[in-house]
Amino acid sequence: MTDISPAVELAGLTKTFGPVTAVDGLSLRVEPGEVVAFLGPNGAGKTTTVDMLLGLARPDAGTVRVFGGPPSDAVRLGRVAAVMQTGGLLKDLTVAETVRLAAHFHAQPRPVAEVLERAGIADIADRPVGKCSGGEQQRLRFALALLPDPDLMVLDEPTTGMDVEGRRDFWQAIRADARNGRTIILATHYLDEADAYADRIVLVRQGRVVADGTTAEIKNLAAGRIVRATLPGADQAALAVLPGVQAVEVRGDAVLVRTDDSDTVARHLLTRTAARDLEITSRNLEDAFLALTTGTLTADPAPIGA
Amino acid sequence: MTVATSATTPARPVDRRPPALGGFSAAVLGIEIRRVLRNRRTLMFTLIMPAVFFLLFGLPQRGQELPNGQPVTAWIMISLAVYAAMVATTSAGAAVATERALGWSRQLRLTPLRPAAYVATKVVTAMVLGLLGVLVEFAVGAAAGVRIPADVWLVAGLAAWLGSLVFAAFGLFVGYLAPAENVMQFMGPVLAILAMFGGLFVPLELLPHAFQQIAKFTPVYGVGQLARAPLTGAGLDWVALGNLAGWTAVFGLGAARLFRRDTTRV
Ligand SMILES: Nc1ncnc2c1ncn2[C@@H]1O[C@H](COP(=O)(O)OP(=O)(O)O)[C@@H](O)[C@H]1O
Ligand SMILES: [Mg+2]
Repeated sequence: MTDISPAVELAGLTKTFGPVTAVDGLSLRVEPGEVVAFLGPNGAGKTTTVDMLLGLARPDAGTVRVFGGPPSDAVRLGRVAAVMQTGGLLKDLTVAETVRLAAHFHAQPRPVAEVLERAGIADIADRPVGKCSGGEQQRLRFALALLPDPDLMVLDEPTTGMDVEGRRDFWQAIRADARNGRTIILATHYLDEADAYADRIVLVRQGRVVADGTTAEIKNLAAGRIVRATLPGADQAALAVLPGVQAVEVRGDAVLVRTDDSDTVARHLLTRTAARDLEITSRNLEDAFLALTTGTLTADPAPIGA
Repeated sequence: MTVATSATTPARPVDRRPPALGGFSAAVLGIEIRRVLRNRRTLMFTLIMPAVFFLLFGLPQRGQELPNGQPVTAWIMISLAVYAAMVATTSAGAAVATERALGWSRQLRLTPLRPAAYVATKVVTAMVLGLLGVLVEFAVGAAAGVRIPADVWLVAGLAAWLGSLVFAAFGLFVGYLAPAENVMQFMGPVLAILAMFGGLFVPLELLPHAFQQIAKFTPVYGVGQLARAPLTGAGLDWVALGNLAGWTAVFGLGAARLFRRDTTRV
């Protein structure tokens, strides 16, 4: 590949639905070959962003570039393909017929048999789509997305509504797909999926990126602890400069400090201030995710993963 | 993180191009035609029912003659051929409603297939099914003893078939208006009423005057009159021609407008 433009470049992307701002000035750059999880709770604006990224929705403001051009060009050239939450299938066709039909829409499709094999549905090729389980239909959508051998694959909550077995089979199919150079963007609200599959996690909340880093960096968020104490009129600036402190938040009479070094914060609070009721809680990745995506502890997006 | 990079996979393709004709191809057309022919409901209403109508209502008129001496059975056969063609093309056009309701159209927007190629495929499929409707009706008529001059078979058949293009547009129009999976359940009775006003079931001359006057403005009237003209020797009927042109324009432009709204409604 001689391509030097980023796989995806979103700048100041904004989309509102009436009073709801679904995507709020979101910017994101994904380089070719990256495997990125777009992680956030329901309603964070993931699908709306993905729709704009694929040219299915027009942004109110901001720009979308896919491999340096508009998304429609990338779709037409088969450079981008997607497995979406919505997007139905024809019930009267079989699995193989669906893939065969869709193959004709591409200039240079991969062979149907190969695609069925890679999506793990070769054994149900002759089954009518209407008789396939949700997981099987999702793997069929994945097969359709594999047809152009896209440079960028977008997966939007691909395992929603699947049972445990369906999820396992789907991820098996995705993993088996050799990703040699393929850029992947996975929108999900499952932390474990992001953790297991992505090299980089972009956390979104209320249409904004609240954290962006390698999986390891995001995981480091979990290394910290939260020191909580009752301290009316806490001096936030003084706390923020203590070594290891990541974020400080005052909530009523309480102060919450997220830190890598809870001992120092605790010592400071107990010896230099009138703090009482002090408690220290450790956090795991789940907590970090919840904290960042629900706003229970304000995070500054810049330092995380920077 | 345990995603292994396979050493055997080829490098990413570099020379990419969009599909020729926006993805419109004979292969896709073939699949689409096979799909409609596999649909029992479609076959029932477009091929079998009009044929049965002929056997039920046409055959008893055997031996009767039109004022110009041509058989009444031929008049009924041609009318029912128009009916068969209009049901066929409407249902094939209205298939976009089902595909929109199922979300297939959205799926298609993630492929290089151009929306215009998709619609072209639907129109051609509709016309193939419409031709089949005319041919089956004529075959049943011929087998049941309808004898008319060869040029009447040809011109009446062509008029019934080509005139049904207006209903392919009608089907598309409805399909883009109402994304419902079962749109034909609603359209069946509508088509029957339109056929009634078009004089396909009962000659309009036998109906009240007011009914006849209204009928001239309904969309089946034109194609019905034009298809029967070679048989009745009525010559070129400008009212019928105007009716056909008018409704083709209305449904065609309506469908095009809704189609554009649908594809730009990104
Ligand atoms: N078509 C729409 N009309 C109105 N509101 C919408 C529409 N699509 C999304 N929203 C709203 O935008 C917000 C973001 O939605 P979405 O992008 O689907 O989030 P996610 O995919 O992260 O769950 C939600 O509050 C949702 O209710
Ligand atoms: Mg979503």
